[in-house]
Amino acid sequence: MFNGLTLGALLVLVAMGLTIIFGTLGVVNFAHGALYAVGAYAGFVTYEYTGSFVAAMAAGAIFLLVVGVVIERGLIRLYYQRPPEDQILVTFGITIVLVEAIRAVFGGLARNIPAPSWAAGIVNLRVTLYPTYRIDVLAIVGVSLVLLYLVLYRTRLGLIVRAGIEDQLMVNILGINVTRTFLTVFGLGAMAAGFAGVINAPIVTVTPDMGADILVQSFVVVVIGGVGSFWGAVVGGLIAGEILSLTAMIQPAYSQVMLFAVMALVLILRPQGLFGVEGRQ
Amino acid sequence: MEGERIVAQHKKNRVSRRRVLQGAAAAAGTLPLIRAPYAFAADETIGNWPAGAKGSSVFIGVSTPLTGPYSADGEDNLKGYQLAFEHLNEGAGLVPHVPSLAGKKGVLGKKIVYKNGDTQTNPNVAVQLQTEYITQDKAIMITGCLASNEAIALEKLAQRYRVLNMVGCSGANETTGVDCQKYAFRSQPSAYMAARALAPVLGKVIGKNKKAIYLVPDYAYGHSVEQSTGEFTEKLLGWKSLGSQVYPFAKTSDYSSYLLNIANSGADVFVNVAFGGEAVASCKQAKQFGILDKMKMVVPNISAFQGKELGPEIMGGVYGTMDFWWTLSETNPLAKIFVDTFYAKFKYRPSWPAHIAYTQTMVWADAVTRAKTFDPRKVIAALEAGHKLQMPLGEVWYRKEDHQQVRAVPVVVGKTKAEMRNDDDLFKIVGLTPGPEVMPPDFLGCKMPTNA
Repeated sequence: MFNGLTLGALLVLVAMGLTIIFGTLGVVNFAHGALYAVGAYAGFVTYEYTGSFVAAMAAGAIFLLVVGVVIERGLIRLYYQRPPEDQILVTFGITIVLVEAIRAVFGGLARNIPAPSWAAGIVNLRVTLYPTYRIDVLAIVGVSLVLLYLVLYRTRLGLIVRAGIEDQLMVNILGINVTRTFLTVFGLGAMAAGFAGVINAPIVTVTPDMGADILVQSFVVVVIGGVGSFWGAVVGGLIAGEILSLTAMIQPAYSQVMLFAVMALVLILRPQGLFGVEGRQ
Repeated sequence: MEGERIVAQHKKNRVSRRRVLQGAAAAAGTLPLIRAPYAFAADETIGNWPAGAKGSSVFIGVSTPLTGPYSADGEDNLKGYQLAFEHLNEGAGLVPHVPSLAGKKGVLGKKIVYKNGDTQTNPNVAVQLQTEYITQDKAIMITGCLASNEAIALEKLAQRYRVLNMVGCSGANETTGVDCQKYAFRSQPSAYMAARALAPVLGKVIGKNKKAIYLVPDYAYGHSVEQSTGEFTEKLLGWKSLGSQVYPFAKTSDYSSYLLNIANSGADVFVNVAFGGEAVASCKQAKQFGILDKMKMVVPNISAFQGKELGPEIMGGVYGTMDFWWTLSETNPLAKIFVDTFYAKFKYRPSWPAHIAYTQTMVWADAVTRAKTFDPRKVIAALEAGHKLQMPLGEVWYRKEDHQQVRAVPVVVGKTKAEMRNDDDLFKIVGLTPGPEVMPPDFLGCKMPTNA
């Protein structure tokens, strides 16, 4: 149960970037997994040079903000008015380019970022022993979500982003520079992915393909929670984490199947997702 | 009295044996007359023969995973093939040491050309790739794969197209067991052979009557290894299995849910069947969950770069088997040639997927040369003949009943940081169990047809 919470927290973080981009820009970002991997590698390089996990976290986030901005200006910008199939293809293409670039530079062998010294070790939770780092991850994710929440709900930028999610055309008519907002949103989304990559690196291994399965799971989270919804991503992520960990305790082989079964159920009973609004693009 | 009787019997037998031989010779004299029509039939086309062997070169289709959880192993595997093809084309490396090949360039004078593709650790993609190589490029032999589900799918493909398949890396029992095919040959030890070699060592270092729990990827390989390791540790050591945690193959990178169950199982031994990138991630997480402090970890089949990726902090003291480990080059001169030439070309010491690729290609070239043709039926017969060949592991040959290579199985233990002499010196070979001692006597359900 507790493990589901930490598992879910990581999913929330990755899914959050996905849902913001999807909700505001209407772009199904298949490159999200690759951005997550790039973030992990940026963190890895920083860690190798500085030996500091905090620096690695910062580097992962900032580097990805830059990468996100470059990708948005260079490519995604041209695809806002194109059909979704084109957007899927171009982001999928970005994935291939990024992943192969990583492979060319770092090779296929798994790299390692150890858990920071303040979070190494194991905690005795009475019922079970549990790695300290995974508990700290809960706190890290919690803090980042609060920050993101403040940005989205307490700032002017957030207001525009949320308005953009609801009605893009109206925001335009009101004379707000949507282009710049879109750029910021894509950058923020990429940053969330990169940050999640570094946070996850001490748990999983850093490999070029590390984004592939996390991408699928975060899409499931977004679908369960509802596209473009902050709370949807949070609740969806936690639900997905619990499904994965509870099913694994009873019948390990079915944990992934259960995840998709629940997603199918949500799609049938509430197609817009738990927190989604009907008809939203 | 008894002795005289035996000698008398023996003399009598010798006479009758000679008579039999005479009779056989007489029969053989008339044989060509009877065989003539069939000899013509044997020259009919089959698979890509003779079309694929008409030019000055022959094509080999190579498929290895370059992405997905087994990509690091697949990369090593591919390099082994590249080195073998280069050596065969130039008459270098082990070629001068294989009697049939010594002094020759190419195979039957033909240059080897190849294409390779990325299977993405996915059997469907592997089949797609090799189908193209067989139909478009007229492959005379196909090879490569890392996951057993790829191996089994390719075996069936090879059988359907009547093209020889020298199976790449595959540890599942089914590959040369229930799913064995006339056109497929495997050199890696099956899960059965690995477990048979490993169990006695585990008895010595961990002890008898222990409780074990398994982490198992959900496909042929995982279940095979769990079953065979369970069987021998139970039979020989009195170990008891507390069950297994089965996870979906190539779908997850977080094993916490499974590892929590393992951590709380009360077992003495944690048998980690995960392979490749999955083995690396799950071992690392097992350490974080404190499992490695509480239990002894055993990895029945250690992945190519598991030692390097996890380091001695995690792999030190872990027992398992490997198809090959480079320190064999310190005792075997042929292994030294392989390791040194590989190091010169690729700047690192080869791991075992490269060894499988390299030696298996040499064994194939030897069989083709002895058969004097690329006709797969005759090459199969040459491979089935039990011809013994000196290779980096010592003497190797194939069994005709299941097409499994009879070869020594190295049992290894991870070195600690203090024991390592260089960055690649990650394992110590604690035993080299001779092939014949570990072969499954019942062929694990393989029913090999007589005719190709």
